[in-house]
Amino acid sequence: MQESAGTPSGQWLLDVQGLCTWFHTRRGVVKAVDGVSLRVKQGEILGLVGESGSGKTITGFSLMNLVDQPGRIRADRLHFDGRDLQTLSANDYRALRGRDMAMIFQDPMMTLNPTLRVETQMIETVQAHESVSRRAARARSIDMLTKVGIPAPAERLTVYPHHLSGGMRQRIAIAIALLNSPKLIIADEPTTALDVTIQGQILYEVQKLCREMGTALIWITHDLAIVSGLADRLAVMYAGRIVETAPTAEIVRGAQHAYTHGLMASIPTFDTRGKKLFQIPGSTPSPLNMPKGCPFRTRCYRATPQCIEEPVFEEVAPAHGVSCWHRGVEA
Amino acid sequence: MSALVFAALYMIGDPVLMLASPEAGDAERELIRQSFGLDLPLWRQYLIFLNKVFVHLDFGKSFLTGEPAIGLILDRMPATLELATAAMLFAVLIGVPLGIYAGLKPESFGARSVMTGSVLGFSLPNFWVGLMLIMVFAVFLHWMPAGGRGPVQAFGPIQLSIFSWAGWRSLILPVATIAVAKCALIVRVTRAATRECLPQDYIKFARARGLSEARVLGVHLLKNILIPIVTVAGLEYGQVFAFAVVTESVFSWPGMGKLLIDSIITLDRPVVVAYLILTVVFLSLLNLVVDVIYTILDPRVQSKARA
Repeated sequence: MQESAGTPSGQWLLDVQGLCTWFHTRRGVVKAVDGVSLRVKQGEILGLVGESGSGKTITGFSLMNLVDQPGRIRADRLHFDGRDLQTLSANDYRALRGRDMAMIFQDPMMTLNPTLRVETQMIETVQAHESVSRRAARARSIDMLTKVGIPAPAERLTVYPHHLSGGMRQRIAIAIALLNSPKLIIADEPTTALDVTIQGQILYEVQKLCREMGTALIWITHDLAIVSGLADRLAVMYAGRIVETAPTAEIVRGAQHAYTHGLMASIPTFDTRGKKLFQIPGSTPSPLNMPKGCPFRTRCYRATPQCIEEPVFEEVAPAHGVSCWHRGVEA
Repeated sequence: MSALVFAALYMIGDPVLMLASPEAGDAERELIRQSFGLDLPLWRQYLIFLNKVFVHLDFGKSFLTGEPAIGLILDRMPATLELATAAMLFAVLIGVPLGIYAGLKPESFGARSVMTGSVLGFSLPNFWVGLMLIMVFAVFLHWMPAGGRGPVQAFGPIQLSIFSWAGWRSLILPVATIAVAKCALIVRVTRAATRECLPQDYIKFARARGLSEARVLGVHLLKNILIPIVTVAGLEYGQVFAFAVVTESVFSWPGMGKLLIDSIITLDRPVVVAYLILTVVFLSLLNLVVDVIYTILDPRVQSKARA
């Protein structure tokens, strides 16, 4: 079960190469994730950015092996913490989920079971992975609720989710994710459903906790502005692929892919005040009808006939990769 | 309700014709009529009836036996109660797991067979299922008796047959007859609820936390699908209890349904009226119990009620 860490993935906590998650439906194959490669170091925060339908969420679920039927996961390499995830049995994967790799969902109103007390849901999460007493599990839950900034945690434990606000529920979901001190947390737009003030607080707290506990974080979002203040590195996703990845500062300073330019330009700043905000023309292509070659070429201002051919993912600088025929810093 | 039942019953037939012997003359008939108060106008009969029922809790005496109607019914109640309870218990215990299975793997061969079977289950008429069971298990195989109730044990005034093997032998065929139809219904309700509940985020989140499949299904799923199941099971239980007429007739089970059908045939008005009123009371109580169970199952119901 415990495979020794191969040389290339030695420094990586998560090493994913060529991840494909395809849904075989009656209308055709939906390639929701089509060749994603991601690497995350211990304690690193990676921002996974892309618009709706780009496959970010499915990428997260694929890593957790929680893709619904008829989804199929395949990868050239899928290593986590020195183990090959593709060889894990269903039960080993279950033991991994929630202990080494946890996930936070988008909508806090739906993630907690409405018919069970907060207490029940926290304690069962601890007891699923360790044989500890209820009392010890409860103490750990209170401790974790305190850490995520919930006042009067002992009282919160005994209530049902519907007694709590959205922000409070999301904090509880985060506390649950942190309960077993995982090595990696996948956060799927956890602040999208919350108002801006709560968003800021939660963002700050999650970042702080991950730094403290040395937990790596994949923060999935469509909001580049939010994640650029949080992440060490960004990966920009489009139509099921990573089109550009680089350290955050490098993306902000010199993004190479036309899509990343578009995303950067659509962030409101003081300079754009009063002016019309930039908008990437068109919308994400249907996954059933993906353009040949570069999937972005139909919306790209740099597109040429060459883009019919599949672009190659190349490193332009250390740790900065782009998949584009016409890459370059914006003129 | 009481007025409706009362009026409907008094419009059909004249019980005096049933009570008096065929040779009786007009004078004798008139005497009988007066002794039962049947000569009074309908509205006076109704008021007297209301006064007796609601002030003195007296449902009158059976025309046929002269015993209090309510006593006749209460005597028969345990038989029907054990029949209905056993049937619903089987229906739920078999129907819920089958329904969850069919909801989890809707495309599988097993799930399709279950669903096809359930269509048969509630389409086949009750009396036919009963007769077939009698034919196979009683007539051909001689495993079970074809009808009647087994030996009973008395618990105070209540007599039950479920505590002996011989009792169960008589019980099993009528129970199966009712359970087949009810089970089919519960399977469909459970399957629909499961299909609705499975894609919810909290199920996925439960899996993302690494909970065992048994816990995800047995606690997280089950607690959420129980509400529609309890609703249907409660309603159906009331149905079985109040109107087990067909099954009880087929198996000559000495329950309330059999009594009802006999009383209707002999125009024994007080028994029929008392029966129907008791049924109304029972169904109302049952609905109350179901509502109480809701608040236990779903904490959201409780806070809405308080708010």
